[in-house]
Amino acid sequence: MFRWLPIVWANLKRRKLRLVFTFISILLAFLMFGMLDALRTSLAGVVNVIGADRVLTMSKINMTVPMPRANYEKILAVPGVKAAVPFNWFGAIYKDGKRQIQMQATEPEAFLKVYPEIKLSPEVTKAWIQNRQGLIVGPALAQQYGWKVGDRVPIRSQIWRKLDGSDTWQFDIVGIYEVQGTGVSRVAAFCQYAYWSESLQFGKDTAGSISVRVEDPAHSDAIAKRIDAQFENSANETKTATEREFVKRLLEQVGDIGAILVSVTAAVFFTMLLVIANTMAQSVRERTNEIGVLKTLGFSGQSILSLVLMESLVLTLSGGLVGLALAWLLAKGVGVAIKDYFPSFHIGAGTFTVGIALMVVFGLLTGAWPALTAMRLKIVDALRRI
Amino acid sequence: MANPIAQVVAVTGMNLRNIPQRWSSSLVAVMGIGGVTLVLIALLSIAAGFQAALEGSGSEDVAIIMRAGSTNELSGGFGVDTVTVVGDAPGIKKASGAGVEKDQSGKPILSPELYVLVDGKMKGKDASTNLPLRGVSPMAPLVRKSFKLVEGRMFREGTNEVIVGDGVVHEYDGLEVGKTVKWGGARWNVVGRFTDRQGIAESEVWGDTRVVQQAWRRGNSFQSIRVKLENPAALKTLKDALTKDPRVRVDVKSERAFYVDQQKLMSTIINYVGWTLAIMMGIAALFAAFNTLFDAVASRVREIATLRALGFRGMPVAISVLVEAMILGAVGGLIGGVLALVLFNGMHSSTMNWASFSQMTFAFTVTPKLMVTGIIYGLILCFIAGILPSIRAARLPITAGLREL
Repeated sequence: MFRWLPIVWANLKRRKLRLVFTFISILLAFLMFGMLDALRTSLAGVVNVIGADRVLTMSKINMTVPMPRANYEKILAVPGVKAAVPFNWFGAIYKDGKRQIQMQATEPEAFLKVYPEIKLSPEVTKAWIQNRQGLIVGPALAQQYGWKVGDRVPIRSQIWRKLDGSDTWQFDIVGIYEVQGTGVSRVAAFCQYAYWSESLQFGKDTAGSISVRVEDPAHSDAIAKRIDAQFENSANETKTATEREFVKRLLEQVGDIGAILVSVTAAVFFTMLLVIANTMAQSVRERTNEIGVLKTLGFSGQSILSLVLMESLVLTLSGGLVGLALAWLLAKGVGVAIKDYFPSFHIGAGTFTVGIALMVVFGLLTGAWPALTAMRLKIVDALRRI
Repeated sequence: MANPIAQVVAVTGMNLRNIPQRWSSSLVAVMGIGGVTLVLIALLSIAAGFQAALEGSGSEDVAIIMRAGSTNELSGGFGVDTVTVVGDAPGIKKASGAGVEKDQSGKPILSPELYVLVDGKMKGKDASTNLPLRGVSPMAPLVRKSFKLVEGRMFREGTNEVIVGDGVVHEYDGLEVGKTVKWGGARWNVVGRFTDRQGIAESEVWGDTRVVQQAWRRGNSFQSIRVKLENPAALKTLKDALTKDPRVRVDVKSERAFYVDQQKLMSTIINYVGWTLAIMMGIAALFAAFNTLFDAVASRVREIATLRALGFRGMPVAISVLVEAMILGAVGGLIGGVLALVLFNGMHSSTMNWASFSQMTFAFTVTPKLMVTGIIYGLILCFIAGILPSIRAARLPITAGLREL
């Protein structure tokens, strides 16, 4: 088969401009496919990299409704629970920033037990526990605001208010944490629950959510049920689910992104299919005479069929592979740019496999009709045709 | 043959009449362009629908008052003392005329409101989503001029009754009039359904503020006050008075400005993504059109050479190719636009409005402007695709062309 490659190449080269254009069309289609599929699989992937050994407890009414902090002690007593920690969304705004910082009030010791992927040196851990106004910040957040260890920063809350009517708290940045893996955001900040709660006008001793580390991830669902059973029929019913489940739900609220991405990709490929099919049909039509000559020389109908199919396959595979490679490079660049917000963005092996399968399918589909026509061509007709 | 316009008309007419002979490749070009415009218009119609839902919600003559520094109704909060101060401020319209209860007459039209989120189950989805529950005062319908009860009745003050927006009934399970839902310790009866110009209020559930305050243990606090202004210009009067007043710390915005801010980020992102995809797909479609036109010229070499030999000039020939290109583009764009209109216009969807952290429903909106944008885009693509083939057609050497078989 490979000995025919020179003929295939010569045929492709007949119209160089058309070859280049078709090649670029295919390349662009697979570039788009690569990026869209990376987005789709990475979104799904976010859900999978999140710790399976943690469950989140929130109010059954809604995630924005606080629970009494006492729920936290009750959860610690549930069998199968290794550690638990309360969180309260701070609604933090620094200076005249427009968007809220992902800042939570929490209890340092319990927090580090539930989130072992957070890396702090022993000194920093000690400093954070001892300093009520201590704040630890993610590396990307520190970079964003130019914060350094030792800085004292005023942070305004869009939600909470102090007894004296002010809404600004002072914090000492005691450390910048590192994250192993992708379970915790690198643009987040954590302050001490006690410091936040003691000065509150309203909402004292509440917990927005409680994160629970279970002993055995295999029993997460059972433990979640046990936790919810604790609070059933009280005024503060809870809803507990794995962190994974929770993120999945939050993503679902955005809408059916997956479906939109798939339909756009389908539209892209439909357009592309037309482009290549058209090119192939044209190039075979132009060569009717040559095909007649080839047949006269003794090429069988099947050889002609494979010649044309090879031509379209070479076209889709070369354009597609270059497109996917470009997508991979682009995704790498984009991935670095957005790593703090969307750390798992990348093109996986799955995308490549599906992509290559699509190239083959398109190559065969677009080549099929012209190849069949060429195969069935009678020598006399082909040579007579002008 | 002296009249160039007559030449253009003659050559173009001839050119167009033989399109049927090479319909398959023309069809490919048309469908390529159609696919691109369809995707473009469909994506942009999401942004347009989102924009319409939010911008349509805001009136110029309604002011929304929130705690200073709050950017949304979820955060912040103030006591009843602030409500009193705001009630005495200048620029607020007084209630009068038809539809106004006796005890409300002559009072400033204002509605202190409380905005909380509850879990609702959307139709066809497993997970629950953030559904906004708004505690409103009896004057809330007066503040919103398009508010209309379309089924059932208004909730009674002091009871666990709620009315639901039209969008909520469409999107969620178990919130039809007559149903009962459980949020927290309490049960709530759905007694009415309302519309509000398809605005964001239709994505909300309304109950009595006092009851909501109690159920959520919010004491006597509110998160926003909506007031009806005497006229849009009165916003400044009200704003100046309240900013200068040392008793309150509030921000005053027109309701319209408030909602315009909320949709900005989302529609910018969608527009950006839509155009990026459309441009990349457009290049592929452009090549399809280019191939088609080149082929068309190639198949007419003898014909063109004959025309040139008869005395036709190169220009009319080139123009005829461009006209064919534009017609392909127009037809493709039109097909894409009509398909988008038929397939997507009015389709309901919902998404997270990050500004209020709650679900809002919106309809894909294929506006005439979007259709025109799509068609123009198709035309531009085909025009670009037609340039090279038309130049080639014009420059065709006559003798070689005539000799070609």
